[in-house]
Amino acid sequence: MSTTLSKIEKRTAYTLLLPAVCLVFSIILFPIFANVWISFKEVGLKDIRIPEPRAKKIVKSVQGNNSELKIIYKLRNSSLTQDIREVRFLDKFPKNIEPKGLDTRCEFKSKKIKCFFGNWKAGYRENFEIVIKDINDNAINSQNIKSYKPDLNGKSDNILLTTDFTLKNFKSVFLNNNFFELLTTTFYFTFFGTLGAILLGIFAAQLVNQKFYGRSLMRSILLFPYVGPVVALAYTWTLLLDPNSGTINSLLVSYGIIEKPINLLGQKYLIVNILGFELKFRLALTTVIFFEIWRYFPLAFLFILARLQAIPKDLYEAADVDGAGPFKKFFHITLPQITAILSILFMIRFIWNFNKFEDIFLLTGGASGTLTLPINVYQQGFAVSNIGMGSAVSIVIVLLLITFMIIYFRLIAKKANEI
Amino acid sequence: MKYKSLIITLFASSIFLATIICLWTIMATLQGVSFTDLNFNFNVLLSLGLTIVSIFIGNKFNHLLKIFILSISFTILYVFLSKSSPLWYTGGIFILILFFTNKLRKYDFKYLSQDFISEKIVFEFLSLFAILFFALVILFPFYIMFVTSFKTQTALLINPLDLSIDFSKNIFEIFNSYFVIFKTYDFGRYILTSSYVSIGTVLINLLFAIPAAYAVARLNFFGKTFLSTSILIIYMFPAIVLVIPLYTVFSQLGLRNSIGGLLIVYTATTLPVAIYMLQGYFKSIPKEIEEAGLIDGQNWFGIIIKIIIPLSLPAIASVSLYVFMIAWNEFLFSLMFLDNPKTFTLSRAINHLTGDAETPRQYLMAGSVIVTLPILLIFVYFEKYLVSGLTAGSVKG
Repeated sequence: MSTTLSKIEKRTAYTLLLPAVCLVFSIILFPIFANVWISFKEVGLKDIRIPEPRAKKIVKSVQGNNSELKIIYKLRNSSLTQDIREVRFLDKFPKNIEPKGLDTRCEFKSKKIKCFFGNWKAGYRENFEIVIKDINDNAINSQNIKSYKPDLNGKSDNILLTTDFTLKNFKSVFLNNNFFELLTTTFYFTFFGTLGAILLGIFAAQLVNQKFYGRSLMRSILLFPYVGPVVALAYTWTLLLDPNSGTINSLLVSYGIIEKPINLLGQKYLIVNILGFELKFRLALTTVIFFEIWRYFPLAFLFILARLQAIPKDLYEAADVDGAGPFKKFFHITLPQITAILSILFMIRFIWNFNKFEDIFLLTGGASGTLTLPINVYQQGFAVSNIGMGSAVSIVIVLLLITFMIIYFRLIAKKANEI
Repeated sequence: MKYKSLIITLFASSIFLATIICLWTIMATLQGVSFTDLNFNFNVLLSLGLTIVSIFIGNKFNHLLKIFILSISFTILYVFLSKSSPLWYTGGIFILILFFTNKLRKYDFKYLSQDFISEKIVFEFLSLFAILFFALVILFPFYIMFVTSFKTQTALLINPLDLSIDFSKNIFEIFNSYFVIFKTYDFGRYILTSSYVSIGTVLINLLFAIPAAYAVARLNFFGKTFLSTSILIIYMFPAIVLVIPLYTVFSQLGLRNSIGGLLIVYTATTLPVAIYMLQGYFKSIPKEIEEAGLIDGQNWFGIIIKIIIPLSLPAIASVSLYVFMIAWNEFLFSLMFLDNPKTFTLSRAINHLTGDAETPRQYLMAGSVIVTLPILLIFVYFEKYLVSGLTAGSVKG
């Protein structure tokens, strides 16, 4: 009895799970594997459209004879680079209509013209003409003829499904792509973005964890940067930081704090002179990092606040009895209580910042020294139109990601053992 | 009497007052009043005087009387010593000083001579600074976004600091940018598309996630632990590595430039976290209720519809709001998949506006306000639900 019940249970479980698993598999897991496949191929953006045979139908009247019509099909191969094999053509006609002197490649049967055009080379074009007439010599309604659309099909190689592979993409990822700078920029962005967001998150959480007037309002406001749409926020910041008429630059200039506007998003280096040493400072990258911190510290804040509110109150009461001030309480009670959550948060945010695309793309588009790996995927795939290369960069990202995850789960396992 | 705590109070409070006065001056500058100097040192000195007087008076008088007299006299002093400025500006200064002296209420000699008080004072002022800092840093861009949408490009190029709204114009001129983006740039259609996509994503997501979460939470089957860990791992894979294969496949299937394609991708990318959140909640529902349902002859379908869903409405609300937010704000896939203006979502449409360098910035900001406002209103109204969704989903972002 119990075995049948558990069988039913299993079957139900699989039925309930199947739709979700299928969807996630086809949209998330399949692309990750497909990336591997594409990254070993030489594919451009224009190659991914499957070549198809096309026909444009033009109906012309024949002079002095309204019981006849001339039809011109402008035939072509949509691709300029690939051939199409075994092209077949089919068009339908109304009753009582017959073709006159039909092409040898075609046959007329039960109101349909069927043709076999054979192979079309890349860029093939032909004007294919037929004349039709009414059997009873009545006038033909040309609108009626036009309403039928010819149907064409043929076979072609889908470049994505062939088995020619090459290592060219990976070679150029590592050799021609300034890979080292790309990697350092990505790490710089990720590390400081994550660190800054967590530090700011600790401050904010510590603040909201106290009692003050307007506290719940403050908590809502603190989440605004994350809740707002990235497009709107990024463009607002671009406007704020604009060197010509941006608010921040204008304010600084008008108060005499700086002499001329600084292009915070468009200048790669800021050269600072300290004690005779010229230091190069990555300006645009720093600005982007600050935007990143601004936008994602709310998440760190939420996580840390939830943990802070779970710390037992009597710990603080005992500290009060001992006469500890707020700073001592923070460093000796709060901080040890939140280190576990901070390390998890750091790893998760690190992985996510590592893959951040929208923010940098909208602020600088990867210019002025802010090119990170995810932006490079977009640039290679869509700006340079080299899909294969873009996929190869994605593969590098996935491999790095897997490395991070292994480290992350090792750490979590360690933490779990400690608790 | 402890000098240390007194000095700390004087230092911190005078800098605090000077800072808020300077911020007020900046806000006034942005309304077109031309200030060329923040006079920070002057403000610090004035605030120092105010703090000293306030501490010396202590609680000898009626508190209300004290703060009013102090504020009025210091405002007059401020106006007298600095250059002429509009009346509303001076009124603002008065309110700031009033608020400040009220904050200083408990600071008298008795309070300052308590044990361990200096650290507490530093902490109190740091909190005030932090509130100021966070409020400013977060709200300022939103404020600029909102105000710019009422200006014109030429006015901003002439004086970028004058962000005041000219109320002498009629309402059509003030809201001109909004009329233009609805009429010329067709934003009405984009709002509809965005709403369809977001609401559609939520519905499809729930349809897939509720049964799956129930199976993970309640039923025993082979591969359960594997499945629940892989949900989280899948969740960590970023959109950017999915983009190229999905782009190629969607191009070949003709799913690009279609709302259906976006719905599929948005649902799939939010499904793991939805399942994760829901199964956590389902586990907290007592099993006895379901067993009672089983005895009454319900099958699994009936249990989910009649017992699980009504009992877990708060969790479903959280998931729905979270998924709605993700879908409404999503940018990467809409950038990749949509290049026909007929199928644009709001985010994609705003991005398209910037493609033309000639587009005046007030239209861009009006579009930004239109995409931001609904999601912020929803957030403020349903904050409780959305926050629990965000906390669970904060691994992603």
